[in-house]
Amino acid sequence: MRLNCPYCGTRSVNEFVPLGSASPKRPTLAEPIERWIDYVYFRDNIAGEHDEYFYHAMGCRSWLIVTRNTVTHEIIGTKIAREVAA
Amino acid sequence: MKYSIFSLLSQAFQGNKGWSTAWRDAQPKDEYDVIIVGGGGHGLATAHYLAKEHGLTNVAVLEKGYIGSGNVGRNTTIIRSNYLLPGNTPFYEWSLKLWEGLEQDINFNAMVSQRGVINLFHSDAQRDAFARRGNAMRLNGVDSELLDREQVRQIAPYLDFDNARFPVKGGLLQPRGGTVRHDAVAWGYARAASQRGVDICQNCEVTGVRIENGKIIGVETTKGFIRAKKVGFAAAGNSSRVAAMAGLRLPIESHVLQAFVSEGVKPLIDTVITFGAGHFYVSQSDKGGLVFGGDIDGYNSYAQRGSMPLVEHLMEEGVAMIPMLSRLRFLRSWGGIMDMSMDGSPIIDKTPIEGLYLNAGWCYGGFKATPASGWCFAHTIARDEPHKLNAAFRLDRFATGHLIDEKGQGATPNLH
Repeated sequence: MRLNCPYCGTRSVNEFVPLGSASPKRPTLAEPIERWIDYVYFRDNIAGEHDEYFYHAMGCRSWLIVTRNTVTHEIIGTKIAREVAA
Repeated sequence: MKYSIFSLLSQAFQGNKGWSTAWRDAQPKDEYDVIIVGGGGHGLATAHYLAKEHGLTNVAVLEKGYIGSGNVGRNTTIIRSNYLLPGNTPFYEWSLKLWEGLEQDINFNAMVSQRGVINLFHSDAQRDAFARRGNAMRLNGVDSELLDREQVRQIAPYLDFDNARFPVKGGLLQPRGGTVRHDAVAWGYARAASQRGVDICQNCEVTGVRIENGKIIGVETTKGFIRAKKVGFAAAGNSSRVAAMAGLRLPIESHVLQAFVSEGVKPLIDTVITFGAGHFYVSQSDKGGLVFGGDIDGYNSYAQRGSMPLVEHLMEEGVAMIPMLSRLRFLRSWGGIMDMSMDGSPIIDKTPIEGLYLNAGWCYGGFKATPASGWCFAHTIARDEPHKLNAAFRLDRFATGHLIDEKGQGATPNLH
């Protein structure tokens, strides 16, 4: 599997550290405990196109959001997490 | 037909023409008392114990492919009960006890081989941690022995004891651990359950569940609607997808775990050995191939195949531990999809839906748990309450904070 880093180009997945789904959004401290339990522990665990964080540890050290098909391992797209969050 | 030395001899004289099929390949009926979704090791074991321990024989096991096509045939066949935490140790020890009596129970040769499992340690700190684990096991009545370097050398002289980076300082041995032929586990449980009247329906995929007033009434399948009083999900790897049909969201991610087998060689490794400075475990099958595995690839996957970087990493670990492995060719590799739970421990519990039960989240510890998982799940379904052995494997423990986190890793499923 090779990931397309917007800064470094297409690189082996070996250079990246996966963190899992990019979908959970961190609640604010004021939100009820149920939202926090859901954020920390529960996942949609999608079979299909999945947005997920990868850290380019052995490259530009950027956090990326990779859209990847979890059934075929096809890479659909890559974005820089910082730009998505902004 | 009961398998015995007499049936074997009698068939030998009849040219082996009289063997009957091991289990009935059933078509689903319209209605069952219990439906088990998933014809893997755990599902088939559940059906067996439902029939044997609880007298429930109007039971169907629905499998989308053929039985044994999933994780029960994709693991490295290791059994052990060397766990640390109170919620885990008695459960896995019960599993090991069931393994010890399995072949008599199901009248099937599963080649249960208690050849011992050695976890190597490579530093003084790791020795302390393993001594603690061994003591915890003994307190729970589980066998364990802390071996020093010379004792390990007597068992496994081929290890790289003086590796500059990872010298072998000793190992924690569980003598009763070992291996079991995994296909025979699926076939043996299927045959035993089938003989008691359980219907094993292959190529019958569950496509939906029907719930009325918060109570389950049956499942939609590729072979039509089947009514059921109770339904148990045992579809690890795909638990999230199956649970989603009932509107449940789980604390689970699906990940791929690879396993490997080498070319066959003469008897070489007569135990199970694990590397303590990484994650690598190896044993030798009766055919002669070395069977080994390591960590999951680290990213979510339903693909049943892994990627090359982990293959390379695993080979490096193997050679660091046993240098002669560099001279061996490996033949095959395969991947299985693991239910990686958020604390590294499984779930065997009721669900918020009446009559629906969940068996999930086995991470990569599912095979060794097969008998106890089926036994406890059958109890949970039949009595509508968990047995004390699986009482800690609750679905709501993530909300209440009663996690069972052997590695102390936190909610990071790809690191358990």
